[in-house]
Amino acid sequence: MTRGNLLAAGVTLLLGLALVAQVQSTAASDLEELREEDLIALLDDVTSRADNLDDEVRRLEEDKARLAEGDDGAAAARAAQSRLESYQILAGTVEVSGPGVEIVLRDPDGELTTTSMIDLIQELRDGGSEAIQIGDVRVVASTWVEMRRGTLVVDGTSVEAPYTVRAIGDPHTLSGALAIPGGFIDNVRRNGGSVEVTEREEMVLDALHEPTPHQYAQPVP
Amino acid sequence: MIPVLGLVVGVVLGLVLQPEVPLWLEPYLAIAVIAALDAVFGGVRAGLEGVFNDRIFVISIASNVVVAALIVFLGIQLGVGAQLSTGVVVVLGLRIFSNVAAIRRHLLGA
Repeated sequence: MTRGNLLAAGVTLLLGLALVAQVQSTAASDLEELREEDLIALLDDVTSRADNLDDEVRRLEEDKARLAEGDDGAAAARAAQSRLESYQILAGTVEVSGPGVEIVLRDPDGELTTTSMIDLIQELRDGGSEAIQIGDVRVVASTWVEMRRGTLVVDGTSVEAPYTVRAIGDPHTLSGALAIPGGFIDNVRRNGGSVEVTEREEMVLDALHEPTPHQYAQPVP
Repeated sequence: MIPVLGLVVGVVLGLVLQPEVPLWLEPYLAIAVIAALDAVFGGVRAGLEGVFNDRIFVISIASNVVVAALIVFLGIQLGVGAQLSTGVVVVLGLRIFSNVAAIRRHLLGA
């Protein structure tokens, strides 16, 4: 074992150390070991992918905005449609169907008065009816009634006896409202008439009201 | 024999210690290791030919490493570090192949 031997051993020891260190550092680092061109290519690749993804994001955002807009439009259309329907029912311009009561009035002695008819309409409205029809005439906001010489006239149209009044609403509530002691039915019977109330699960009000243009009233903007 | 033991001990030490290579040293270290390997194979060949000399071995390793590092350094300064490194690796690889061929002839006679 000479000094030269030891020196050679030390040098090769260092070599082994450096060899392992280099191998491990190469295995450990990916990007650090890449050459400049490779890094540039990698960067280009990543950049173009990012651009593509940005484009996709933009496209999807546009889609989303368009869909949200479309949804808004549909919602507005639905709201408008439901408003239109409720106005049409109020104005009596469409046929309506639903549960309700059918009332048949008979007054062979002509005892039924205008007041009792107004009482009936008021009672039905108070009971929550949403649409009323007397005979073949739809009752709306402007409807008037009159007993003219023993004949019922509604909105200028004569209604033949027996008078059939149909109201759409909760059948039980409506019939209950009419049957209150001292109420409509009591009054009619006291005056010699007869009232027949039938609760129905499904009925149709087929009379329509022809709306007239307003001559004087204008909406305040 | 002792240099080979040194190499083995160095490898084991490296595996155990897990030395961190500084970033600035990395381009030089790879080339230096290959240059040193060239010298080691040259030493083995010399040993088989019966002309191995510790002094020559150590000096050849040191000079190989220094020259390889210098070439890489020059290449980096000139902006052709990668290409020059490749050139050095090719040259050293050729030398290693010729050394290994000589060793093979000595050991196997073919």
